[in-house]
Amino acid sequence: MTAALIGLPLFGATVLLLGGRRTNAWGHLFAVAMSASAFFVGVATFVSMLGRSSEDRAVHQHLFDWIAVGSFHVPFDLQVDQLSIAFVLLITGVGTLIHIYSIGYMSHDENRRKFFAYLNLFVAAMLLLVLANNYFLLYVGWEGVGLASYLLISFWQHKPSAAVAGKKAFVVNRVGDVGLSLAVMLMFVTFGTVTFDGVAKEASKGDSTSLKLIGFALLLAACGKSAQFPLQSWLLDAMEGPTPVSALIHAATMVTAGVYLIVRAHAIFDLSETARTAVVVIGAITLLLGAFIGTAKDDIKKGLAGSTMSQIGYMILAAGLGPVGYVFAIFHLLTHGMFKAGLFLGAGSVMHGVNDDVNMRHYGALRTAMKITYVTFGLGFLAIIGIPPFAGFWSKDEIIHAAFGQNIFIGLATLIGAGVTAFYMTRMMAMTFFGEARWEKGVHPHESPLVMTAPMMILAVGSVFGGMALKFLGNIDSWLEPVVGHANPANDVSNTILIPVTLAVVLAGAGYAWVTYGQRPVPVVAPAEVSLLTRAARNDAYGDAINEAVFMRPGLHLTRALVWFDSKGIDGFIAGLAGFIAALSARGRKIQNGYTRSYALTMLGGAALIAFVLFLVRL
Amino acid sequence: MNPNNYLILAAILFTIGAFGVVIRRNAIIVFMSVEMMLNAANLAFASAAHTTGSLDGQVIAFFVMVVAAAEVVVGLAIIVTIFRTRRSASIDEANLLKY
Amino acid sequence: MSGESVVFWITGIFAVVGALGMIVSRKAVHSALWVAFAMVNLAILYFTLEAPFLATTQIVVYTGAVMMLFLFVLMIVGVDSSDSLLETLKGQRLLAILFGLAFGALLISAITSTISVRNNGLEVANGDYGGNIQGLAHLIFGRYLLAFEVTSALLITAALGAMVLAHRERWTPRKTHIEMSKERTFSNQVTPLPNPGVLARHNAVDTPALLPDGSPSQASLPVQFRETAQDSDNSKEVTS
Repeated sequence: MTAALIGLPLFGATVLLLGGRRTNAWGHLFAVAMSASAFFVGVATFVSMLGRSSEDRAVHQHLFDWIAVGSFHVPFDLQVDQLSIAFVLLITGVGTLIHIYSIGYMSHDENRRKFFAYLNLFVAAMLLLVLANNYFLLYVGWEGVGLASYLLISFWQHKPSAAVAGKKAFVVNRVGDVGLSLAVMLMFVTFGTVTFDGVAKEASKGDSTSLKLIGFALLLAACGKSAQFPLQSWLLDAMEGPTPVSALIHAATMVTAGVYLIVRAHAIFDLSETARTAVVVIGAITLLLGAFIGTAKDDIKKGLAGSTMSQIGYMILAAGLGPVGYVFAIFHLLTHGMFKAGLFLGAGSVMHGVNDDVNMRHYGALRTAMKITYVTFGLGFLAIIGIPPFAGFWSKDEIIHAAFGQNIFIGLATLIGAGVTAFYMTRMMAMTFFGEARWEKGVHPHESPLVMTAPMMILAVGSVFGGMALKFLGNIDSWLEPVVGHANPANDVSNTILIPVTLAVVLAGAGYAWVTYGQRPVPVVAPAEVSLLTRAARNDAYGDAINEAVFMRPGLHLTRALVWFDSKGIDGFIAGLAGFIAALSARGRKIQNGYTRSYALTMLGGAALIAFVLFLVRL
Repeated sequence: MNPNNYLILAAILFTIGAFGVVIRRNAIIVFMSVEMMLNAANLAFASAAHTTGSLDGQVIAFFVMVVAAAEVVVGLAIIVTIFRTRRSASIDEANLLKY
Repeated sequence: MSGESVVFWITGIFAVVGALGMIVSRKAVHSALWVAFAMVNLAILYFTLEAPFLATTQIVVYTGAVMMLFLFVLMIVGVDSSDSLLETLKGQRLLAILFGLAFGALLISAITSTISVRNNGLEVANGDYGGNIQGLAHLIFGRYLLAFEVTSALLITAALGAMVLAHRERWTPRKTHIEMSKERTFSNQVTPLPNPGVLARHNAVDTPALLPDGSPSQASLPVQFRETAQDSDNSKEVTS
């Protein structure tokens, strides 16, 4: 049953990739069917879980013994518990919707079959990631989604920018993957096991240094995959991929894998205050940084990408708060998955309508031309900025609440983040759907076909009711509690004060944006004379420049120095030695001059020497 | 008489023979020097036989003579062959087998 | 001073002189004669060492056979050719003197310092079978029979080897009498060559005949004695 979850999309990917052109005609439908059937299997699993008591809900499936070397045993086991099933439903549910959306979005692309094959591959890998019962198997899924992400970002590889973006994502992710592999190795060394249960059981026996190191390594892994500071730079470039990819991989599912990893490894983080603090700090930095970048982007997808960074920063921050925040991290992850996917699909729909133009300065007044998109995008907008009772409100408010409970500065960071989020989302709304039309010549905005708008509508429903459904219907706190534990904030700041304050900040941000971008005309060309801060935000807060200055150039110089050392030092030494021997031999072979008398003289000298030695030893 | 005198004479002759091998270039003279060394060894054998009072040394000297005769035959044939091709009996000219 | 000592000192010094003469003579023939001289002296020393058979063999085999073989070869190679004693290899002579002296000195010092055995004499050994030759024969055909047989194989091999080495393959067919007479008829010299010494002051084989105009005729000499004797054609004639 559980294996079928992974097997179905994997089968789809295999058929489509091996089938080649013969599957062109029906490949996309097949992929949708595979993804949808995986979703139904997930729902069936979920329903059967509901029927059991909370302790018995986790299901294990032993497939085979994967690695058995000495004391190192890694089973190829799958497990479905309350945390996994939430992810399974998100991945397969949103995944299926985006599959359907892609039918329309990619209808003119000649490589559509390949696209769907990669999407199925991604779904399979992501399901393996969340269904694995040990860190080693998780690592396989982790790399699988990395591969799928790489393939899909550079899907339009004929564009150099897309190819480079894919490469960049791949390389930056490798940095994070080093963290994960280190964490797995450290776990084996420290605990002797890499299964989730085993590590959770043994965690209390580990010394604090090991726990800290494992925590840091896991955090590094999460930073790479979830585009957290300082490994955030790849996500903005990843928007070169097709929009459904951005929606599925770089907003709803894959980038949240870091959150999943940290929550899954809660046993480690529960015991290491230092590691938790580091997680919180990283989350807070990223949440502000992402929001900051989002404020200045004119590219609608990059604006949303900055927003994604920021929202994942919220989740990471929540996860770093410990048992207080795990549940809310996942809660926000799920609601974010719905409304951010909806927003991305809306952005894709807008682009579809304006000939794939991504510059918001060329939009304006699209609310009349694209009514469905306007409504669904607007509902997602309300959800993300946290207006009650939309989805984002419930989850984000809980995180802000928990953050204030932990530390006033962390709380303020989340609060400011919420305000900035409202600002840039309102700006995006205003520039896209309001104001006067600034369309390029020959652009006739039109609504997208039903195959694209239907998923948007479903996700909009999720944006509206998802939060309430999870909180009141699904009871997410108690649902996840057996897996991740739950605790109330230490020093409670009352929600009755916090909610109005948060709402006030949000409305202030939104209002300022509305005044700036909704009331005044937006210049078609981005103004060049801008403040330093705006310029920094436009340049992704100089993330690339910093990477280049801090890692790339010193690395380049180091490499050159090493190459120099290798060619001049080591090779020089080796070649010098060889040259020395060669020169010595060249001299030495002159002894073999062909003159018999020289040889005879040598013999005579040798005989004299032997006689001398014999004389010395008196033999 | 002290038997060492014979041995010393043999040593002197042997050294002179070795010296001749090293400094003379004419292959035939080099060969003669080798013969001189063999004779010095023979003298040492004969002297040893006399000293020990057993004839074995003389028998060995006899065998040395036989071997020397055989060696001379082959060696001179080789010299002649070389001379035929190279028009010279100088061993310094036969120096092609080198580095 | 006993008779043995007198003989030893005279012949010993002669032997050393002969050996030295061998290495300092410029002409190979002189060297050969010096060697023969040294060997005769060694033969005399063998007599004093109560080895009459060895002494006889030394004279017969060495001075008689081996040295004559040397002389034959010298005749082939060119009896006149004398070595330049100028050393061509750098440092060869200096090192040779150094090594030679060191080797000799060490050998002699070793002999004088370590060996001091009583002289037993060979009267008993020679007397066992009625004489030196009988005693040797007993040993050679008794204890050393195998070695003796092996030396016979060695000698035969050496003889064969010498023949193989000295043998020259004929690459062209032998000329027939008719061909030779035709060659003679069509050459510039149909008549026999003049004899050496005709009309000259001596009739020695190396004295060229004088032609009617008084000039010497190289053609009258055997090829070995012609003034161009050292060039390659003649030498080839010599060796064949």
